[in-house]
Amino acid sequence: MEKISLAGQLIQYIFTGITVGSIYAMVGLGFNIIYNVTEIINFAQGEFVMLGGLFMVFCTATLNLPLPVAFILTIALVTGVGAMMERSTINPVKNATVLTMIIVTIAVSIVLKGMAMFAWGKDPYIYPPFSGSEPVFIFGAAVQTQTFWVLLMTAVVVVLLTLFFKRTRYGKAMLACSDNPEAARLMGINVNLMVLISFALSAAIGAVAGAVITPISLMEYDRGALLALKGFGAAVLGGLGSFYGSVVAGILMGIIESLCAGLLSSGYKDAVALILLLLVLFIRPSGLFGSVEVSKIKKFG
Amino acid sequence: MQKQDRNILVGLVLFLAIFPVLVMNVGTVGHYLDVMIFVGIYALIAMGLSLLMGYAGQISLGHAAFFGLGAYTSGILCVQLSLSPWLAMGAGAALTALIAYVVGVPSLKLKGHYLAMATLGFGVIVHIFLNEEVALTGGPSGFSDIPGLKLWGFSLDDELRYYILVWCFVLLALIFSLNVIHSRIGRALRSLHDSEVAADAMGVETSKFKITIFVLSAIYASIAGSLYTHYVGFLSPSSFDLFLSIKLVMMVVVGGMHTIWGALVGTWLLTFLGNEWLHVFHDFDILVYGGILLGIVMFLPGGLVELIPRLGRILKRT
Repeated sequence: MEKISLAGQLIQYIFTGITVGSIYAMVGLGFNIIYNVTEIINFAQGEFVMLGGLFMVFCTATLNLPLPVAFILTIALVTGVGAMMERSTINPVKNATVLTMIIVTIAVSIVLKGMAMFAWGKDPYIYPPFSGSEPVFIFGAAVQTQTFWVLLMTAVVVVLLTLFFKRTRYGKAMLACSDNPEAARLMGINVNLMVLISFALSAAIGAVAGAVITPISLMEYDRGALLALKGFGAAVLGGLGSFYGSVVAGILMGIIESLCAGLLSSGYKDAVALILLLLVLFIRPSGLFGSVEVSKIKKFG
Repeated sequence: MQKQDRNILVGLVLFLAIFPVLVMNVGTVGHYLDVMIFVGIYALIAMGLSLLMGYAGQISLGHAAFFGLGAYTSGILCVQLSLSPWLAMGAGAALTALIAYVVGVPSLKLKGHYLAMATLGFGVIVHIFLNEEVALTGGPSGFSDIPGLKLWGFSLDDELRYYILVWCFVLLALIFSLNVIHSRIGRALRSLHDSEVAADAMGVETSKFKITIFVLSAIYASIAGSLYTHYVGFLSPSSFDLFLSIKLVMMVVVGGMHTIWGALVGTWLLTFLGNEWLHVFHDFDILVYGGILLGIVMFLPGGLVELIPRLGRILKRT
């Protein structure tokens, strides 16, 4: 095998970083959508990603469905889980404090994790990449083709979300809820329905993230917590509530994490992103792109 | 301290005094004394969390880390530097308090629940640190041969003596906490649990009080860690993982987070469940835990202690 140059190595790390960073970005987007409408931080966000990966295993390996069908079915299933979570646990709890709602989402995340362990066991799963496992060489770095799928899907998610929030009635209604739920209710917007949509949408994004990353990083039942934590890091770093902020911040976090893992210490790989999260909280809690005023007004931010 | 609290406290002390006599004479539940020691250790942490959650309205998902910091500081100082265990316990508490302060100040100055994520992240970082710093902590396999505790040359090596020691700590912390609750800080905290803005407007320094309680709860956890170390004599990172942090939160919620007695009830129930009664489920106990937490927080938000007055009313009626 050829000796890989330092430049090639760096490019390799950066590609890896962008790939995992896209996943953090998507988890961060999921946090933002629910948070914007409800002010709840959904601790089960990482579980949606985990379910995305494992449902994909179920659809491709167990049901032997063709890839596009499996992909769509997975998203539909996880979206269903998200909607069910909202209807059965979030919606019935009326007049609860944000603290109580956080505990509810923690409880749901434990239950989902337990169910996943029940269904799939403790072993990690993998399925073949979407378009072959032959890597592409870019500037001397071997890049898996799945990386491009991850990037493509992230881009698709961002574009669709932008269209949804800017162009559709439901999207605009959701934005109105995030501005002022009371006023939105008075204007005839069904806030209840918007909360349901926010959970379903977040679950769908989580499912996409899980489905595209599993061929690269494998997936097992207890992956959710760490993914949620890093995704939250992306959301905070980008400024909680800011969509594009969390995408940029997520990818940035992925790159930093990957560079640290490659050049400094792989044992502390997971700590890097978390230390970054704490640093942001200490130094600039409004995030890189959020405004200080907004973070003071919002209940959470 | 209020009269009602004093009555419950007297009841608790009586129960604690009778408990060893009851279980030690019955062969099948003789080891319940051992379980009760763990109840005491976790109760110490849960009480601090109860102050934080029930009175300061904040949640920490990293208390396993403070517990671990206390445990490892005690263990390392005693084994590697042959320091006196009591000094090590103090050092652990001081270090933990400092770290809690550093983590708490920025996250508590913000509104809402940044503390939840900051502590969650902090907990994972500490867990990674304990696994990676092999020279210091022994890494994933941990280290053993940690000496037991001695008090005035009196070795606390059997279960009954350790039981008495641990529960003395718990009772002291309990009395201290009850005084905190009924002090100025406690009243201020309750006001900010209801409405932070209103409390702020009345001149209550909300973030200062929240930080005080957070640091206090971390100190409780650290002391519990030291007590754990000297009882078990062996440390490994797996005893201080994320799931323990969540279980500690569960203890507070299941018992009832609006009163400190709830923390005791929840700890007692969950520790016995975990150590004794859930073995049949093996790894699937996680589903049981999730189900219990979800059920309580949705249908009995006041926790199990909420049932007591209800039971009283039913008894009165019949």
